[in-house]
Amino acid sequence: MDFLLNLFFTIIGFGVPARGKHWLVNFAIVVALAVGLGAWIFLPWFVVLGIAVLLALWLLLTRSGRLALAAARVGIAGLPQRWGASSVIVVGIAGVVGVLVAMLAMGEGFKATLNRTGSDDSAIILRGGSQAETNSVITRDQVPLISSLDGIARGSDGKPLVSPELSQVVNLPSRSDGTDANAQIRGVGPQGWALRPQVKIVQGRKFGAGLRELVVGQGAMRQFRGIEVGKSVMFANQQWTVVGEFASGDSHDSELWADADTLASTYNRQAFQSVTVKLDGKGGFRKLKAALAGDPRLKLDVLTTHDYYAKQSEGLEKLIRILGTVIGTIMAIGAVFGALNTMYAAVAGRAREIATLRALGFRGLPVVVAVMLETMLLALLGGLLGAGIAWLIFNGYEVSTLGSNFSQVVFQFRVSPELLWTGLKWALGIGLVGGLFPALRAARLPVTVALRAA
Amino acid sequence: MKYLHLIWAALFRSKTRTMLTLLSVVAAFLLFGMLDSVRVAFNSGGNLAGSKRLVVASRLSITQMLPYSLLQQIETVPGVKRVGYAAWFGGIYRDPKNFFPNFSVSPNYFDMYPEYVLSPAQKAAFEADRTGAIVGESLAKRNGWKLGDTVPLQATIFPQKDGSNAWPLKIDGIFTVKDAKRKGEENQLWFHWKYFDEANQYVNGRVGWYIVELADVNQADRVGAAIDAISANSDHETKTQTEEAFNQSFAKQFADIGLIVTAIMAAVFFTLLLLTGNTMAQAVRERIPELAVLKTIGFSNRSVLWLVLAEAMLLVVLGGLIGLGLAALLMPIVSASSGGMIQLPTVLPQTWLLGIALMLVIGAIVGALPALRAMRLNIVDALAGR
Repeated sequence: MDFLLNLFFTIIGFGVPARGKHWLVNFAIVVALAVGLGAWIFLPWFVVLGIAVLLALWLLLTRSGRLALAAARVGIAGLPQRWGASSVIVVGIAGVVGVLVAMLAMGEGFKATLNRTGSDDSAIILRGGSQAETNSVITRDQVPLISSLDGIARGSDGKPLVSPELSQVVNLPSRSDGTDANAQIRGVGPQGWALRPQVKIVQGRKFGAGLRELVVGQGAMRQFRGIEVGKSVMFANQQWTVVGEFASGDSHDSELWADADTLASTYNRQAFQSVTVKLDGKGGFRKLKAALAGDPRLKLDVLTTHDYYAKQSEGLEKLIRILGTVIGTIMAIGAVFGALNTMYAAVAGRAREIATLRALGFRGLPVVVAVMLETMLLALLGGLLGAGIAWLIFNGYEVSTLGSNFSQVVFQFRVSPELLWTGLKWALGIGLVGGLFPALRAARLPVTVALRAA
Repeated sequence: MKYLHLIWAALFRSKTRTMLTLLSVVAAFLLFGMLDSVRVAFNSGGNLAGSKRLVVASRLSITQMLPYSLLQQIETVPGVKRVGYAAWFGGIYRDPKNFFPNFSVSPNYFDMYPEYVLSPAQKAAFEADRTGAIVGESLAKRNGWKLGDTVPLQATIFPQKDGSNAWPLKIDGIFTVKDAKRKGEENQLWFHWKYFDEANQYVNGRVGWYIVELADVNQADRVGAAIDAISANSDHETKTQTEEAFNQSFAKQFADIGLIVTAIMAAVFFTLLLLTGNTMAQAVRERIPELAVLKTIGFSNRSVLWLVLAEAMLLVVLGGLIGLGLAALLMPIVSASSGGMIQLPTVLPQTWLLGIALMLVIGAIVGALPALRAMRLNIVDALAGR
């Protein structure tokens, strides 16, 4: 244990703990730093802005603040001469921030795509206990029972807005390398379009009832080969014609749509998998849920479509976020050591300069602040660079992965302003840790020793 | 080797700096060790060199089931040694988050997977028990299951005939997997297909896929084509692949994510290279007078080059070994704390080998410039501090 403590204090540059009073002070600094970093992660942007304003006021209005600013100016003016070493901090931190932002943007994009799918005024009905459409079965005789339930909106013709659907996973060659990937064909009822007003035909036309025709989501069209409008594909030994392309801006973009009954007969499926319904006003969901629970013939679950799709993204999004944070943390630790190294070297290289300042009457605080300002500036540059690169390369970058229905979900990386902010926070946090100890050493360097040093 | 103490002394000339550099190298290789294991875990399904098994699944899609009547027809195809079958069950235990693969299997299924180790007594107990199940060791450990426990599996696709979703299964056997790379496969539960077929509400006389064991590995293509010919132009066409190809086509669908992991590794190493390179350059700059003294007392240019290069490599190798060691320690902890969602193998021999090769290469790259500089030092200028 003693050895570890020694090592630790050697690293942070304070000599051994045996030096008495310093030991407690140092320990307090480390604890304060840990607490401060913890708080820093949770600070909202306006508090941070407030802190920055206070700092600026202190720098400009107080005597020690102005001294710190003057000392920092000297240090920053010298940066170009030390660009090699300084760029290590910038690039190191940019690497951390870039990777972190990219990872989080992937999770965020996946979540956003599925969160956008569905709405609060429509609901999906699945067999009780099933987690996704793949696992669900709704028999044909249940559909009229469902249609008559309370809480379902009616169309202008007085018929309930209900779409019994089935989803079928098929193999299609992927555009990237031609290997088979799983695509999802959704068979929708005649009301399916009215239930999802966001789905718009952008090319061609809708499929005809009873015909073996397909419309293809724009995401699927980019993902798979051979499904351009006008082409025909073989599914289950039957020829299907692609007659249109649709855009929806959500996870339906990864799907192919066809007439539910035609799809069912192609695949010999007697039952549907889900029923999507339009809800009747605000209390519709509650009424529908109660009506469903009250009918012993229907052992079914109902969720708003928004909740259903949001739930589908939970697992993967969480996995990516945890993975991103763990990788980011380990990288950040590496970058902190790099920054410490560089700043110690910078302080050592300028020992004489700093000692001269202190001999002139600069006290400890301005010197500490000056070194910190310099490090934070480099960290900020690194953070901006990393976040900028992540944004340039990854914002809107389209990927696909296997979703919970055993089929591909196409989604885009989403580098949101919040993520850029998170990245900057990490950068400044790394700068804080990497600069503080070298700054403290600069302030504590005995003046006489430093002046005598070569 | 006789200069090791000299290199060592030079390395720890500035303790703080060396420690800091060492720690960033440690962080990078810790990350490398963990990510590489993830990558291996992703691709491990494909590591079945010389596998004698084929997977026969529906050509239409993986969710489509096949008729049980195909069994006899496949068995008569020349070159087929034996045929097993299984069906995906997709049950959950208590909470959907506790996901693990579970399926019903044919009586001979276990014999077809010699890599899964199960004691004969437990196997016999399973065969005699209609509602029995076999689970992998990791899965049993994670959930605290013991032999004889009853697992209340909840169906998500297949309710019982009376409409209930409860499928209580008794654990009759716990199997282990020898190969460290495939420890993740201990995360599954098997029970009798016969029981599944009789008791479930919707599906009768259907299996998910067939496993075919070949008499001769080299005949895989011919046998596969013959099997597919049986059902050609029917409503249940099949697609026969080697087990390897089958698993890989599945893993490939996550491919984009695998690619991103690789990109991250590249970013990490670039950063690392920069940090370490900078430190070595600094170290040499500081020691110019010392190096000049070494040359003065008779060290040749080449030995000075090697001294500096060896120092850089030693630093990276030290840090790398510690980092990979840490990764090996952390892996089981991550697997345990993820609640079994992630089953990472520990750092594998191939990762160690690749890691050590990377350490040497990075050490050499990082040390090259400072070492060249040290070699080209002019004694007089260096001593004069010019």
